[in-house]
Amino acid sequence: MIHRNLLLFRGARYLWWSLVLLIGSGVLYATQGNVQPPNGGTWQGYVLGSIGALLILWLTFLGVRKRSYKTTMGSVQGWTSAHVYLGTALLIIATLHAGFQVGWNLHTLAYALMIVVIFSGFFGLYSYLNNPVLISKNREGGSRAELFAELFELDKESRSVSQKCAPEVGIAVASSIERTTLGGGVYAQLFSGDESLYVRGTGAPVRNIDQQGVIDFVAERLPRAQKGIEAANLQHLIVLLCRRQAVLRRIRRDIRLRGWLKMWLYFHIPVTFALLFALTAHIVSTFVYW
Amino acid sequence: MYQIAIVGAGPAGLSAAARAADRDRRAHKDGKGSTPSYVLLEAFNAHAKTIQRYQKGKHVMAEPGFLDLRSDLEFGAGSREKVLARWGEGMQKGGVNIRFGAEVRKIAGNKHAFNLQLANGEVIQAAHVVLAIGLEGNPRKLGAPGEDLERVQYQLDDPKEFRDETILVVGAGDSAIENALALADQNDVWIINRGKEFSRAKDANLSAVVAAIADQRRRLNCYYEASIKSVTPGAAGAPPLTVVVQTATGEKTVQCHRIIARLGGIPPRKFVESVGIKFPNERNDAIPELSRHYESNVPGVYVIGSLAGYPLIKQAMNQGYDVVEFINGNDLKPADHPLLEYQFHGLPFERPVDEMVERFQTLIPMFRQMNGLQFRELIIESDVIVTYPEGAEHEDAKRKMQVLNKQLAAKQPQPRATRIVREGEAIYSPGEFGTSFFTIVDGEVILEGAQPPHVRTRLGRGEFFGEMSLLSGRPRSDKAIAGAGCILVETPRRMMVKLMNSNEEVRSGIDWIFVVRELQRHFAPFATLKDLRNIAARVTLRRFKAGEVLFKEGEIGDSLFVLRSGGVALARGKGSEQILVAEVRSGHLVGEMALMGDPVRRETATTTVAADAIEIKRKEFLELARREDARLDPLQKDVSKRVIDNARMQVRPEAGSLMNFLMREGLGEATNVLVIDETLCVGCDNCEKACAETHGGVSRLDREAGATYANVHIPTACRHCEQPHCMKDCPPNAIRRSESGEVYINDSCIGCGNCQANCPYGVIRMVYDAPQKRGLLSWLLLGGNGPGEQSDYQPSAAAKEKGKKAVKCDACVGMDGGPACVRACPTGAAIRIGPEQFVDLVEERKR
Repeated sequence: MIHRNLLLFRGARYLWWSLVLLIGSGVLYATQGNVQPPNGGTWQGYVLGSIGALLILWLTFLGVRKRSYKTTMGSVQGWTSAHVYLGTALLIIATLHAGFQVGWNLHTLAYALMIVVIFSGFFGLYSYLNNPVLISKNREGGSRAELFAELFELDKESRSVSQKCAPEVGIAVASSIERTTLGGGVYAQLFSGDESLYVRGTGAPVRNIDQQGVIDFVAERLPRAQKGIEAANLQHLIVLLCRRQAVLRRIRRDIRLRGWLKMWLYFHIPVTFALLFALTAHIVSTFVYW
Repeated sequence: MYQIAIVGAGPAGLSAAARAADRDRRAHKDGKGSTPSYVLLEAFNAHAKTIQRYQKGKHVMAEPGFLDLRSDLEFGAGSREKVLARWGEGMQKGGVNIRFGAEVRKIAGNKHAFNLQLANGEVIQAAHVVLAIGLEGNPRKLGAPGEDLERVQYQLDDPKEFRDETILVVGAGDSAIENALALADQNDVWIINRGKEFSRAKDANLSAVVAAIADQRRRLNCYYEASIKSVTPGAAGAPPLTVVVQTATGEKTVQCHRIIARLGGIPPRKFVESVGIKFPNERNDAIPELSRHYESNVPGVYVIGSLAGYPLIKQAMNQGYDVVEFINGNDLKPADHPLLEYQFHGLPFERPVDEMVERFQTLIPMFRQMNGLQFRELIIESDVIVTYPEGAEHEDAKRKMQVLNKQLAAKQPQPRATRIVREGEAIYSPGEFGTSFFTIVDGEVILEGAQPPHVRTRLGRGEFFGEMSLLSGRPRSDKAIAGAGCILVETPRRMMVKLMNSNEEVRSGIDWIFVVRELQRHFAPFATLKDLRNIAARVTLRRFKAGEVLFKEGEIGDSLFVLRSGGVALARGKGSEQILVAEVRSGHLVGEMALMGDPVRRETATTTVAADAIEIKRKEFLELARREDARLDPLQKDVSKRVIDNARMQVRPEAGSLMNFLMREGLGEATNVLVIDETLCVGCDNCEKACAETHGGVSRLDREAGATYANVHIPTACRHCEQPHCMKDCPPNAIRRSESGEVYINDSCIGCGNCQANCPYGVIRMVYDAPQKRGLLSWLLLGGNGPGEQSDYQPSAAAKEKGKKAVKCDACVGMDGGPACVRACPTGAAIRIGPEQFVDLVEERKR
């Protein structure tokens, strides 16, 4: 095996690091004794808190390391692998630091933000491991540009065949091509929103979700075809439209899968910064009340 | 009657004329005569035709930097316009006697009485003739009435100059196609093709032009089997040209604005031969044999410039100066004289430079037949290596060279000087990439095999080594150790290739030693050269084009092949059922099973890229195998392993088709290739960004482009080929290979674009320098342009002045930590692998 995913980097080296760190933290937690319920105020609590705070800073630093292209400090894959394992460990370390205590206060806010960041990270990890396989399968070796090239080719062909059919077919096909939507806003990208329309005979455009409307419309004309040649053209056109539908589905799926692959970062990063502010406030306030 | 007639007003001819003009001026001061003693004849209507044809603003380089200019004209690196203007001024100031539009058709007569017949019938008489006509030749004309009309052009400077015109492009070669495609963006273009297809064109051009002609939206059409019968100026109000075209279906009259004829040049060789000058062989790039004074075999006719094998402007100008001095009896030392002095400075004895060059040449049998000028050039381009025993002598020599190198450090770039090596030191080690060639002038060198039993061979005076890497592009396979009293000449590959093309003696010498050493390596490690001489003479060296078949499945085999360069694919089955079972790279055996056990060929062997192979027949093989010291055991083991491997691949056809894909993508000749696993790639483009950020803001890889098969994506990025196509034709020799194998372009690139055209994988780009960006922190805090290449960056004025330069992946040579693209991949999708890992890559697809 010469390609390894980020969890398996160097035989999952950082999984073992994290486990060691967790065992150490567990021991610290257990030695807090029974004087008072375990919390962040004991010396063990301070140590655990410091480890957690340093971990957060280091985890955030991945954003800088990823863009430090000249550094020889490990590879970005190694850093990412460590980021995942140590980030997961942080979840437990911070919980131990808090001694399982929560409340409506600044401290719990920092804790909650951290949970959000970590779980959004889990989602990201899932997408990183899962989506590339789906994207690759969906494209079957081609690129997105090739899919679009195929689409434009089909557009052209459908238009020219539809010109040879009855005028309303021509209008329906031309309008369906013009009013096909792809992508769009965040929602449309992530959930394959489809605002496509087409003109059915006369009047205002009607919905054409998944291009099914226009396909049905053309198919309905077939039984009423006057001449053999018209039927042949309609048959041809339906095949073209179905191929077009399949290509559009692929492109939409590609947009969706790639969207999810990127979108979580737009959440993960800003919440991380919110966490940094909350963490600073948490530390400062702790020392103020000391 | 002139004393000198100079033919051709390129850099060489201009410089010669300027020298002659200066000599005249000095002579006239003494009050002797006033008519010029020379004439410069130029067929074109301006000086330096080839440079005039460069694109506007093109940067002209002054290579080689370490050679001083010796000319009455000025020359330095700068834009095309500046260089031409400076020469123009120089000619005017010197009052050079030049005649434009004077095409020389015929040269007859003898020394002191030559007759030069011009195209207009006039005859010019001269005592000596200097041919400085270059290699371009004059463009072939239409060969129909009207061929000289103003709007019938034989070149195209800038296709954007014309808009909404109807243009006929005549020709079916690459330049015609490229012109037609460029013009068709904003003009109606008709190609006039004499044939039925575009058979002479490069593949890329062929598919582009065929697609464009078929495409209704492109304004490009073609008349096949057509030629131009006549051209006349159009009537008033009509388009300016009326053209009669002979087509397959009869004559046709066409109105157009312009004709661009790209029918190639008339190569000057025929003309040169008509003068009586002999070439050593039939090769296209052969150069005539010349004396030290550039005099050809026809006494009184001198040849200088690129026609004499010196393609660089500065060399040509120096020769122009020198040749006029030589003709006038002044035997001055050439401008390259000091360069040789530095080269010989570290030798243990002192002799005049010319004597030393002569002595070197007589000591090396293979070079004895070379012409003196060529050998001199070879030494200048080479490194001279001298060994001293450890201790005072070595220290002393090193000190002596340090002093010289300190003086030379002031020159930019620094000229080469003797290299001092300690006795017993390795000159190269196995695995190093090096394509230079070594000749032993004196002393001895020990070659030590990389594989046990580490056989040692001693080489002495006149022998040579390093030919395997030179010919195959593979890394060194043995260790070369400097012995006692060694004097070596290390010649770069480029020089050797040029030499092998022009000198049969050298070519056959190197071919022969290669065969002998391969026989030694594979079959008889302890045999001496003498033992093998006989067999080596009986094996054949065969050349194959890409896609040629060495042997077919089912045939009875009678020979084996040692692959010298290129690659071979072995496949079983026929037609669409064919399954690729193995790929063999240079340095390995193909078809050896037929001579060891199974005489029936079990595979069809096809070359994946152009290949050279040594074919050894059964008789010679048995002769080798019967030797007492024959090395058959490991060979047989290899065969057994190969049989199993091939069978394994046969039962896994999907692995075979992946291998096939990899071969199609050029991995058969790759040494280091970027492979992306699509199931891991998240498309973050951090690889491209890393590339741009570590290479002046311009990415050398395009992640998304490139082919994909079975989730293996080969992006558009350099493969670092064994025999890099890009290196083939680089005028300033700017493309180099490092010892660790990376192929890179250094700062001396002149932006000619040859490498881009030669690369079959489209990985070289011509770009302006990108502007400097602010740091990462500034981007994080203030925004603006983030990491990575800005697709629409605006080059600075300085970058524009410098011009577009070729950029390609250098595999981050010299950068700590290895390739930035791989180090920056967060998911482990991007890796760089060598040929030894291709099988692993195929194996991992099992899951």
